[in-house]
Amino acid sequence: MTGYILKRLLSAIPVLLGITVIVFLIMALIPGDPATAILGSYATPENVEKLNRDLGLDKTLVQQYFIWLGNMVQGDFGTSFALNRPVLDEVIERFNGTLILAGTAFVLCAVFGVIAGVLSAANQYGWGDKAITFVVLLGISIPSFFLGMMMILLFAVNLRWFPVSGMWPIYGTRDIWALLAHLTLPAICLAVVATGVVARLSRSAMLEVLRQDFIRTARAKGVHERGVIWRHALRAAMVSIIPVLGIQAGFVLSGAVYIEIVFQWPGVGRMLVDAILKRDILLVQGGVVFVAACYVLFNIAVDVAQSLLDPRIKT
Amino acid sequence: MTAFLKLLARNRLALAGGIVLSVVVVLAVLTPLLPLPDPDVTNTSNRYVRPFSGGTILGTDHLGRDLLARLMWGTRLSLAVGFAAAIVAATIGAAIGIIAGFYGGRTDNIIMRGVDMLMAFPYILLALAIVAALGPGLLNALIAVAAVNVPFFARNIRGITVGIAHKEFVDAARLAGLSNTRIILSEILPNVVPVIVIAMSTTIGWMILETAGLSFLGLGSQPPQADLGSMLGEARSALITNPHTSIVPGVMILIIVMSINLLGDGIRDALDPRLKSGALSRPMAATRVARDGPVPQPTGAGLLEVQQLETQFHVKDRIYRAVGGVDLAVKPGECLGIIGESGSGKSVTALSVMGLVASPPGVITGGAAHYDGADLIGAPYRKLRQMRGNKVAYIFQDPLATLHPLYRVGDQLIEAIRAHRPISNEDGRAKAIELLDSVRIPNAESRIRDYPHEMSGGMRQRVGIAMALANDPDIIIADEPTTALDVTVQAQILSLLDDLRRSRGLAIVFITHDFGVVAQLCDRVAVMYAGRIVEEGPTAAILDTPVHPYTAKLMACVPELGAGKRRLAAIPGLPPAVDKLPKGCAFADRCHRVQDDCRAQDIALRRDGGRAVRCIHPETPLTKAIA
Ligand code: SF4
Repeated sequence: MTGYILKRLLSAIPVLLGITVIVFLIMALIPGDPATAILGSYATPENVEKLNRDLGLDKTLVQQYFIWLGNMVQGDFGTSFALNRPVLDEVIERFNGTLILAGTAFVLCAVFGVIAGVLSAANQYGWGDKAITFVVLLGISIPSFFLGMMMILLFAVNLRWFPVSGMWPIYGTRDIWALLAHLTLPAICLAVVATGVVARLSRSAMLEVLRQDFIRTARAKGVHERGVIWRHALRAAMVSIIPVLGIQAGFVLSGAVYIEIVFQWPGVGRMLVDAILKRDILLVQGGVVFVAACYVLFNIAVDVAQSLLDPRIKT
Repeated sequence: MTAFLKLLARNRLALAGGIVLSVVVVLAVLTPLLPLPDPDVTNTSNRYVRPFSGGTILGTDHLGRDLLARLMWGTRLSLAVGFAAAIVAATIGAAIGIIAGFYGGRTDNIIMRGVDMLMAFPYILLALAIVAALGPGLLNALIAVAAVNVPFFARNIRGITVGIAHKEFVDAARLAGLSNTRIILSEILPNVVPVIVIAMSTTIGWMILETAGLSFLGLGSQPPQADLGSMLGEARSALITNPHTSIVPGVMILIIVMSINLLGDGIRDALDPRLKSGALSRPMAATRVARDGPVPQPTGAGLLEVQQLETQFHVKDRIYRAVGGVDLAVKPGECLGIIGESGSGKSVTALSVMGLVASPPGVITGGAAHYDGADLIGAPYRKLRQMRGNKVAYIFQDPLATLHPLYRVGDQLIEAIRAHRPISNEDGRAKAIELLDSVRIPNAESRIRDYPHEMSGGMRQRVGIAMALANDPDIIIADEPTTALDVTVQAQILSLLDDLRRSRGLAIVFITHDFGVVAQLCDRVAVMYAGRIVEEGPTAAILDTPVHPYTAKLMACVPELGAGKRRLAAIPGLPPAVDKLPKGCAFADRCHRVQDDCRAQDIALRRDGGRAVRCIHPETPLTKAIA
C-alpha cells in the first residue's frame, strides 16, 4: 500500500509541473509590458523595477519559468502588491477558510448524494424516485449564487435562523458553535449542486449494479432486500461512484468561489476574484497553483481510497 | 429521425422543457422588436419600483432602469454567450479529439496528456486564470468558459473517433487513396456529429451557468451592458431591501437552464438504446406474479412440485413466453436434469421457483411451485426470503460473476448463514472453513480470506456450492454450474455434487445443455424446447430410446461428457423466437419427421409408464419405448 501511494505521488509530479506550465503560459499571454500589466494600478516605477528583477523579465521565457518554479519550490510565491504581504501566507490563510467550507459541503454532497441515489434506484419509478429526480434537476439547474442569495433572504433575513454572512461573528466568541452557525447556509448551498450530480450518478451506478449476477446470488442466499441494496449493491456501485466524488471535489472547490462572494466568506476564491479585479497577478498565479496542487493531491487520496475498496486494483 | 422525435415527444418533461426553451429563445430573438423601454436609460428618481407598479411590469433597478427590458436584453445576451461558448468549445474540442483519435500514437499521447493536465484543474481556477490574463469582459469570459470545456469535448470525441477510425469503411477509404483530411471530413465527421450534439445538449446549460457566474463575479459583461449574471451581481447589494431585482434575473437563469437540462435529458434518453428495452430497470426483490387462472393444488408428487408454470417477459408492448406451462417434480434425494438449448426456458423455469427471475421484465403469469405442499409463487416476499438459501438453494453458472467481487469468500459464506440464523464471528468462521472443507477446497483456513478473483474457476464454483450448502437446504437448483469450467474441473465438480447428494440426501435440479452431464448425474431428465417440456422420463430409458425427435437430435450431437455448446449448434436451424411461437409443434421447422398435422394443432404432452412426450410422430412410439 505504501508503495502504491508513493507511486501515485511520483506520478503526480508531471501533472503538477504541467499545471505550473499552463499557469505560466496563460500569464505570459498578458499583452504589453508584463510588469506594468501585472502591477496594473500599482505600477509605480519602483514596483515595476522590483518586479522585473523578481521575475527576471530580462531573461528568456524558459529561464523565467524555471526561476519562477524554483522560487515556488522553495516556498517563495512572490509578494502580493495589493496586500503587500507574501503570496503564500495569504493563500494559506485563505485556503483554510475554503477548506472548511468546501470540505463540509463535500461531505454533505457525498453522503446525501449517495443516499438519495440509492433510495432513488431502490424505488425506481416510485414517488420517492420522482421527487428525488426533480429535486436533483432543480439542484443542477439553479445558479448557486442565486440559491445563496435566496437562502440568505429566507433563512437569515426573514427567519433569522442563521447569520447573514461571514465566517465569524464580528463581536463575541469564536467557538465551534459560532462557526457552525455561519457555516450552515453556505455549506448547504454549495453542496446542493454537487449533491444533485452525485445522486444522479449513484442512481445509475446502482441500477447498473442491481442487474448483475452477484445481486441475484445474494437474493438466492436469502439476504434481506435491505442488505442486498446497502451491502451488496452499494458496495459494488461505490467503485464507480468514488471517482466521480473526486471530480465533484473539483466542482465543489469551483463553486466555493461564488458562495464565498455571496456569503462574504473569507476563502481563497474570493481572494482570487478580488485579486483579478485589482490585477494582483502574482496572487492569482500563486493561488491557482496552490489550489490546483491541493486538488491533485486530493485526487491521489481518492485513488487510494478506491484501491482500498476494490481488491481487484493492483497496488 | 422521426422515431427519435417521437420518442422525445413521449417524454413529457423533455417536451415541456423544449417548449419553454423555445418560447424564451423566440422572445430573446424578438427582443429588439418588442415595445420595451431602453434598458440602459437611467432614471434615478424612479429607483426600485416594485413589480406591477409605476407603469412597469417587473419594476426598476437601482438606477431606475426598466427591469423587464433589462431582463429581455440580458436573456438575449446570456443565451448568445452561452450558445457561443458551447459551439466554440464543441468545435475546438471535437477538432482536437478527432485529430488525437484519428492519428493515434504519439500525436494522441501528447494531446491527451495536455487534456488530462487541463482536467486536473478545478475548472474555475483555469477560467479565473484566463480572465486574469485577458482582463474582465464578456468576450474574455466567453473565451474562458469555452476553453475550460474544451477538454471535456476533446476526450469524448476522441473516444468515439478511435472506435470509428478502425472500422472497415475507413480502411476502405484509406485504401482508395483518399487523403487524411478527406477521410476525416467525409467519413469520421458525419459519424461524430450526433455525439457532439448530445454532448452539447448536456453541457450547454452548464455553460450558461458558468458565463452567468463569471459575470456575477464582475469578470464578465461590464456596465452598462448586462447579462443575467451581472444583473444579479449588481442587484446583490440591494438583496435585502429590494429582493425583486435579484429574483427576476435569478429565476430567468433557473428557467433557461432547467428547460435546457430537461430537454438534454430527454435527448440523451431517446438516444440511449438501453432505455428503450427497459433493460435499465431495477430488478425487484422477487419476480412479479400476476396469475389469473386457478392455482393448481399440490398432488404430493415430490418435495418440490412445479405445476403449469408460466413465466413471461414483458418488454414494452411485446410479450415473450419464456416458460409456457411446465410441470416438474423432484423427490428427496433425487436428481432431476433439465436439458435444452439456451433460450429453451430451462433457467427461467428454475429461477421462477424462488422468484429470482429479473422483474421487470419477468412476470409469472400462471401455475404454482409447491415446496412441501406450500405454494412458493404466491408466497409473500417475507416467506420467500426465509426459504431462499435455507430450504432451496441455488448454484449459478459463472462464479466469477455470481460471487460478489468485493467481499472475501469467507464473509460471503458467513453472510449466507447469517441470512437465516444469527451466528457469532468465530462460529461463522469455523463453519465457513468447514463448508470449504466439505467441498474439498485445500487450505480452507487461508482460503476464506481470498477474494473471488484470486481463485481459479473451479475453486470459485466450489465456493458457490459451499454457499448453497451453508444452511443445509433440502433442494439445490444448479443452473449450468459447470458450463464455464474446463473438462477435468467439470468432472470433479460433478462428482462432488453427486457425493453431496448421496451423503446429505439432497434433491438436485440440474440444468444443463449437455447430455453427457445428465447421463452422469441425473436419475430423471426433462427435455425443454421453446418454453415447454417435450420429453421426460428416467435418464437411462431416455438415453436408451429417445422418443422425441428433438431429444434424439440432442443426444446425437453430444457423444461424450463435457463436449459443450459447440455441438448443439449442429442441429440445423434455430429455436423459434418465444414472442412468436408457431401454432402447433414448435420444433416443426427443424424436425426431420415433420408432417402436415404437426403444424395444425397444439401438441399435448402424453404421459405413459413414467415417461412423457410431446410429439405425434415420435421416433419410437411411447408404448413401445416403455415396453
Ligand atoms: S410433433 Fe411433428 S414436428 Fe413436432 S417433433 Fe413430433 S414429428 Fe416433429
